[in-house]
Amino acid sequence: MAIMKLLDQMWVQNLCAILGFALLGAMVWSLSRSERWTAAWKRLRRDRIGLCSLGVILLYLVVGGLESVSVNTDSGGRTLLQTFTKFVPQERSYAAPLAATSLSVSDPKPLLGRHLLGTDALGRDTLVQTLRATRSALWIGGLTSLIYIPLGILLGMLSGYYRGWVDDAIQYLYSTIAAVPEILMLVAILLVLGKGLGTMAIALGITGWVGMARLIRGETLRQVERPYVAAARAMGQSDWKILTNHLLPNVMHLVLIKFVLGFSGLVLAEAVLSYLGVGAPVGTASWGAMIDASRSELSREPLIWWNLTSASGALFILVLALNLLGDSMRWAFDPKN
Amino acid sequence: MFAYLIRRLFFFVPIVFGVMLLTFVLFFVVQSPEATARRVLGQRANPKAVENWLHNRGYDKPLLVNHNPGEPWHDSLFLHQMGRLATFDLGASDVSGRPLRDVFIQGALPSLLLTLPAFMAGLALSVGLALYLVFIRNAKVDLFASFLCVALMSIPVMVYVIFGQFLVAQVLNYFPAFGFELQGWSTAKFLLLPVSLMVVSGLGADVRLFRALFIEEMGQDYIRTARSKGVSTPSILLRHVLKNGLINLITLVVASLPFLIMGSLLLENFFGIPGLGNVLFSAIQAPDFAVVQASVFLGSLLYLGGLLLTDLCYAWADPRIRLQ
Repeated sequence: MAIMKLLDQMWVQNLCAILGFALLGAMVWSLSRSERWTAAWKRLRRDRIGLCSLGVILLYLVVGGLESVSVNTDSGGRTLLQTFTKFVPQERSYAAPLAATSLSVSDPKPLLGRHLLGTDALGRDTLVQTLRATRSALWIGGLTSLIYIPLGILLGMLSGYYRGWVDDAIQYLYSTIAAVPEILMLVAILLVLGKGLGTMAIALGITGWVGMARLIRGETLRQVERPYVAAARAMGQSDWKILTNHLLPNVMHLVLIKFVLGFSGLVLAEAVLSYLGVGAPVGTASWGAMIDASRSELSREPLIWWNLTSASGALFILVLALNLLGDSMRWAFDPKN
Repeated sequence: MFAYLIRRLFFFVPIVFGVMLLTFVLFFVVQSPEATARRVLGQRANPKAVENWLHNRGYDKPLLVNHNPGEPWHDSLFLHQMGRLATFDLGASDVSGRPLRDVFIQGALPSLLLTLPAFMAGLALSVGLALYLVFIRNAKVDLFASFLCVALMSIPVMVYVIFGQFLVAQVLNYFPAFGFELQGWSTAKFLLLPVSLMVVSGLGADVRLFRALFIEEMGQDYIRTARSKGVSTPSILLRHVLKNGLINLITLVVASLPFLIMGSLLLENFFGIPGLGNVLFSAIQAPDFAVVQASVFLGSLLYLGGLLLTDLCYAWADPRIRLQ
């Protein structure tokens, strides 16, 4: 639990965010040199839907990145996104999109400023809140991916490469975890470990590696039969070298596709779990929490629709872009095309 | 066949043991029984009450092996819990004290009333739509449909529910949008909205999956033979593609059948249906550890039951498969 405390520190979060982006950049750079990847990129470049999705995702990454890095000001820590949107005034309560007066029917008062998407119950600008909530989604996706992808690759490759009792043991492990329905497993882990972005990532990581390990195991089983592995063996290369230098690059495209498609599932899971009250802690901006908070607003008079629509819209666009990009990438890597 | 079933059941034993071990580690090692008691009774509960609570549930026993003089070595928390789960003694709720067996039996019917019709209707609708997409084979419609499917998949369930309820109850001003009553046809009136929402929320993923499945079947040699014989497209779709695609479909669909009993967490809570999903939802909010622990165990048993059912249906649908 000391790790959880550490994650609350501002400089640790800044460091994590910067390292995360550096990791992503390094991965793209190292992959861009491989022939197979440049070929796939050429195909992807002609795919308009795929490119649009990529652009949208990059935009979300920028917004989430701005919200992840904080600077010290005299009134405590403040994220870059908060600093950039400092000019947006805080109202007292609800205000409709672009309205000049507050929502009250009997006694409308002039507002401090106009709000493109209105304000929430506490008078905070809905657009700013929606943008800030990107951070929760990206953090959950990023942290969980850091847990489940290495675990899934390692266990899947070991299982497919060594076979025998290693394969049996790893298969037993993931059959057991897969036997517990995912939502129950998540709820159980979150209930015991407590709420928070870190624990949510751990819970999603424990349930998530099974699918990755299965996929990688299957592909490794197929790749091991290829002549290049036999050649490497004949040249006396160690098992570890064969695994990291020869097999890993050949399963990496599956990892990336699964990562992108899995990310959309993680963003959805974050929203659902926050909605259930076991997700992001109170006070953290999150789309799920926003949707939960706006449940009762639809039965009010006048109708307050903007909080719900903004949060679900932002969530929908990100998940849609990730799903579409994943599909495009699967198509770009398919040798049958 | 019978021998196969028995063998398969033996194969499940280590997995069930693994799940039991997993729940034990999670609920009794990661979080100590004292901590559980404090979270259920409140942080400021007096020590006597905590002690009583632990003693009544047998949670004050030593964790793995009993070293206390005068007590048998096997009188430990671990063996006690394992024995309880192995004999399907689910214990009682941490909050209300009701036996969980009753809670689960009572919640099963409302859950099934919601999930079973939704499952049937969803399956029929998505198979129909997928077949239709394969039938018209229009590139533009296909692109639009697959985009629509991805879009439907990208909306979280609660957004469907909130918008659906708003639309039906406030804009259309139609039938009860909340509540539940077990009373003949009036039950159906309560269930219509949640069932249709469940169908719509699952439609995108299913249509996409089934379409891919049918398209793969369309590429098989026997379809070309049928075409060259002059068999009409509808006839090919219904008598060849659907029938053969059904075998693959079964493996995907049947496994989820037993799990329908567990109901739907979000839908049941939102519409106030007193099923197992709602039981779990309240357990999360309370928190009620006994309910969550029992649900994990039951859920995994249902999952394994689903696997078994898949094998049986597979053998039944495909005459080439013989279970030995």
